[in-house]
Amino acid sequence: MAAEAAGSGGGSPASARRRLRIISGHLRGSPRAAGQEALSPSPCKAQGGSAGPAAGSIPKKRQEILKWNGWGYNDSKFIFNKKGQAEFTGKRYRLGGMVLPTFKEWIEKTFGASLEHKTTSRASLNVNDVPPPIVNEEFLQDLRATKISYSQDAEDRVFRAHGHCLHEIFVLREGMFKRIPDVVVWPVCHEDVVKIVELACKHNLCIIPFGGGTSVSSALECPEEEKRTIVSLDTSQMNRILWIDEKNLTACVEAGIIGQDLEKQLSESGFCTGHEPDSMEFSSLGGWVATRASGMKKNIYGNIEDLVIHIKMVTPRGIVEKNCQVPRMSTGPDIHHFIMGSEGTLGVVTEVTIKIRPLPEYQKYGSVVFPNFERGVACLREVAKQRCAPASIRLVDNAQFQFGHALKPQVASIFTSFLDGLKKFYITKFKGFDPNILCVATLLFEGDREKVLQHEKQVYDIATKFGGLAAGEDNGQRGYMLTFVIAYLRDLGLDYYVIGESFETSVPWDRVLDLCRNVKERIVRECKEKGVQFAPFSTCRVTQTYDAGACVYFYFAFNYRGISDPIHVYEEIERAAREEILANGGSLSHHHGVGKLRKRWMKESISDVGLGMLRSVKEYVDPNNIFGNKNLL
Amino acid sequence: MSLSATATRFFSTSKDELTSKKRDEFEDILEERRLSSDLRYAMKCYTPVIYKGLSPCKPNAIKSVVLQSEQVQYVIKQLAKEMGESPDIIQEEAMEILDEMGHSMQLGTVRFFAFTLSKIFKQLFQRVCVNEEGMQRLQRAIQEHPVVLLPSHRSYVDFLMLSYLLYTYDLALPVIAAGIDFLGMKIVGELLRRAGAFFMRRSFGGNRLYWAVFAEYVKTMLRNGYAPIEFFLEGTRSRTAKTLTPKFGLLSIVMEPFFKREVFDTYLVPISISYERILEESLYAYELLGVPKPKESTSGLLKARRILSDNFGTIHIYVGQPVSLRTLASGRINLCPYNLVPRHLPQKPTEDIQEFVSDVAYKMELLQIENMVLSPWVLVAAVLLQNLPAIDFELLIEKTVWLKGLTQTFGGFIEWPDNLCAKKAVMSGLTLHSNIARLVDGHVVLNDKGIEDGAVGEIVFKRALVILMCSTYRNQLLNVFVRPSLVALALQMTRSFRKEEVYSSFSFLRDIFSDEFIFFPGISLKDFEEGCFLLTKCDAIQTTQQEIYPTDKGSVVVSFLSAMFRPFVEGYQLIFRYLSKETKEAFTEKQFVPGVRNFVFQLLEKGATQCYEALSSDMQKNALAALVQLGFDVQIEQSCLFLMKELLFCVL
Repeated sequence: MAAEAAGSGGGSPASARRRLRIISGHLRGSPRAAGQEALSPSPCKAQGGSAGPAAGSIPKKRQEILKWNGWGYNDSKFIFNKKGQAEFTGKRYRLGGMVLPTFKEWIEKTFGASLEHKTTSRASLNVNDVPPPIVNEEFLQDLRATKISYSQDAEDRVFRAHGHCLHEIFVLREGMFKRIPDVVVWPVCHEDVVKIVELACKHNLCIIPFGGGTSVSSALECPEEEKRTIVSLDTSQMNRILWIDEKNLTACVEAGIIGQDLEKQLSESGFCTGHEPDSMEFSSLGGWVATRASGMKKNIYGNIEDLVIHIKMVTPRGIVEKNCQVPRMSTGPDIHHFIMGSEGTLGVVTEVTIKIRPLPEYQKYGSVVFPNFERGVACLREVAKQRCAPASIRLVDNAQFQFGHALKPQVASIFTSFLDGLKKFYITKFKGFDPNILCVATLLFEGDREKVLQHEKQVYDIATKFGGLAAGEDNGQRGYMLTFVIAYLRDLGLDYYVIGESFETSVPWDRVLDLCRNVKERIVRECKEKGVQFAPFSTCRVTQTYDAGACVYFYFAFNYRGISDPIHVYEEIERAAREEILANGGSLSHHHGVGKLRKRWMKESISDVGLGMLRSVKEYVDPNNIFGNKNLL
Repeated sequence: MSLSATATRFFSTSKDELTSKKRDEFEDILEERRLSSDLRYAMKCYTPVIYKGLSPCKPNAIKSVVLQSEQVQYVIKQLAKEMGESPDIIQEEAMEILDEMGHSMQLGTVRFFAFTLSKIFKQLFQRVCVNEEGMQRLQRAIQEHPVVLLPSHRSYVDFLMLSYLLYTYDLALPVIAAGIDFLGMKIVGELLRRAGAFFMRRSFGGNRLYWAVFAEYVKTMLRNGYAPIEFFLEGTRSRTAKTLTPKFGLLSIVMEPFFKREVFDTYLVPISISYERILEESLYAYELLGVPKPKESTSGLLKARRILSDNFGTIHIYVGQPVSLRTLASGRINLCPYNLVPRHLPQKPTEDIQEFVSDVAYKMELLQIENMVLSPWVLVAAVLLQNLPAIDFELLIEKTVWLKGLTQTFGGFIEWPDNLCAKKAVMSGLTLHSNIARLVDGHVVLNDKGIEDGAVGEIVFKRALVILMCSTYRNQLLNVFVRPSLVALALQMTRSFRKEEVYSSFSFLRDIFSDEFIFFPGISLKDFEEGCFLLTKCDAIQTTQQEIYPTDKGSVVVSFLSAMFRPFVEGYQLIFRYLSKETKEAFTEKQFVPGVRNFVFQLLEKGATQCYEALSSDMQKNALAALVQLGFDVQIEQSCLFLMKELLFCVL
């Protein structure tokens, strides 16, 4: 599919093809776009009145291809086949259709779960449970007059009432939200958004912007006490690249575009943004801006704040933007920094000018095995110190290494399995690594072929100094593939009494080890205290390196059989883990954002005065709290 | 009468716990030693359980880790810059400090001690009793988190015995903070070093290099989980057998790795070591009377071996429940200050932290006190001191039994075998302590042989010696009795039954005696309520919403309790009297102690007072400290007059 798409794009040949190979490394066979929009700066495709055709990978009716009560595509999920072996369905991912022979045993061993004890989600949404919409008839009349597409359908509304926090998915499976959006609107351009915000001000409504719906901070949850009509403003139909400026290497893009579409379309012209958050299949450009997102390859391309050149946002006060598109300016505090991380509390980001880069010529995965986590962290620190981090470098702890191992598909030939055995023998017996202590770093290099090879050597040389052993491209690539697939695992866990979630932080280098150890230990202890019967799965990885510190990502899951209120227990443990992070000098969030989930620590995080500064901006920009999702402040 | 909510939560002894304390059973560890070979015991296979996160290393490796640590290197660089010296010279100085300080634990020496101490202990003591459950808890704790052992300190035997005990139970031997004075002892100092002692100078407040090296040395051992760290909160041996107010320096050092989250948690283990008869009892009495403590020397030790022929009864060691520092700190302290400064920089603890350290120190001492074992002799001594010069033997037994009941009501931990009749218990106490008291013609009197002949001064001195020795045993009761007794005293002082007034007198007494007895800081009202509760429980008082009054049959209890504390009230009065009269100018503690001693001595010679305990330098220093703490040191004359008058009401 990749080659075809590149062909139809017509533009730059070889590099685009390579780029697509790269994406197809993570994803395979994502649904082909219905048709490519012309890359012309047309003011609004909705001028004719009716909504323009959905050009993106995700349709207006999201439920047609996405799960209504879980993560990702309907056709992609983990199942246990008739033989009782784990299998990943669908054809979208490399793992699709493959059997994972050791996975069942891993689950049983790690969680004490059993295939016999199953919980089942309700089969479909029960429309009768859905809270009736609070409708403002005059608003609907005005809305109809604008010809902006909208819906009051229960499924559409429920789909936009949540992100992907554990408790939200749990509610979908077993209960119903107390408050959901009353109307969903699909603007197709900036002007549509201006009209909607004007109407909301006129009729005093509450707007909650919706991008890709991948929030993990309860940011999309509707405040229960909201009495006004809640309008879910779905940006998914504002998904065009308006123009590409090859001289300055920038592109102006509508904010509703999702990551995979943005990269796919740019690649047709031989470019990329290089911004690849783990959620890039579904999350949107506007969402990245609103949460201060971070991408896997930030070492080369930067995080969202480094990438953004210009933002256009519609607020109840009017439109906020800059008068030029320049790399840097000294004009007081950067207004972009009021917008980035504002989490939908100030307005709707409609258009973003973002930096682009030519597609890299060459890409290479890699991996290194370290005798223990301490050595691994020391190596990452040295790599950061020498500022030679590859596009991505990640270090997973032993538990996560074993987890990755359990997701190894059945090997086709005896020869491969023989090779695997040899490798294992070499590392554990010959080199004396303890398989229950060792850990693995995965690497991704990008750029000119020659430079990549040079770079690779430099990094491996450093790794050797810290006792690291090169462990092959294949392990590295599988590590990154798992990033996308791992989100699907939670749905499988939920079927077998296992609940879990991930959370993240950033921390100075000298505290990385202490923080990782203490947070994991805290989780284990809290589980014990809260009566969790089986020891939890508590694991971490260092996912980003910076000059002054690192980003650490935790996975935490446990078997909740025998606990009457698992979600409450889960939330208390997550809260304790967050307290532990803060006590260890970690941040409240590196890139997930605050939402409503982490609001209680905002004051502690940025001080009273800091919070007051943010509040005063909110009060000026949105005095009537039209953007009333109650995030952040 | 407001009460800090956090303090209440922190000091969470409920009233139920006060009375229904569950304590473990004791085992005698000498019993087996008397049956099997000491040599085989010393050579046994010793494979202690260790901390799960231990990275094994040798004593010398620790020193070089400490020397190379960011913390020490930072201070070295700072000092080099300030003094214009080369860092190498200061580094060398640091190395010397480390060599002076560091232990060099060796299994061989440990075995040597295991052998000799077996011989010595069997000679000195009848039994050494240990709560085995406590040892099991300790064993689990050692594997889980770094452990800090906090024993009470009554004798040099304390740390020898504790290491001996851990060896016996196959637990990791502790490294022990010892005073540098031991190094003055030839051979013995080095032997102790090889048995795990590390040495700290007595005062090094101003020496930044010393402080940095010392703190880092202790913290490195703690972080690595190298061995349990043992030190004495009281700082020195208590000469009076009363728990001394805690010192905070070492405690705050061992707590820091947790504050900085370098360790997940740290266990603090209070250990109560109770002696039926204290080895150093007469030395202490001399010291309190101003005859200086003999310097630690090997020849002194050899001379002291004649005590080997003496009998020192039973030792009880109660290893308390390990207390998780994390649990104590939960919700109490803001760690933000630690997040904003690199962790290797020396940082003055915030007021919050200082307060927390102090609270923990007091809590640990109170836990020690709670599990101190009281022998029947302790009760006898308390009764005897109230009935000088002599008491009828039968009456003594009767009163001892009565006091036993009262002590148990107040939560005291009395070791009195069920089948042992009172007469035998009292007799065995008298036999063991024949140097203090004896039975003459059906009466029990103080053993003041040779008192009749000699000058008046000599008689007073000898009498004081015996009384101070005897009070050492009564003192073991005081911290159990202090809350109800101060209520009883306050009742006498106030001569009113209004609760508020009684409480205000109670508070006054509690403040005055804040260095004499152990009170958890800032919870005066809770202490008062506890005192009232205990008095109500033994039917000594009745309380209503507004009033407190003694019951008819309660007067026995109330007067006994106030008599028990009378030496302190009278003693403090004498000391304040001295201060108000005799002192016109500024003075130092060195001048004050002999001054007040002479003053009291003269009064005793004249027969103007019977308060021999006022001769104790310990009491004198505590009174002075309280005065300074309460801010009475400005107008000392009036203040003392005022305090005297107030105290007078107690004894009238």
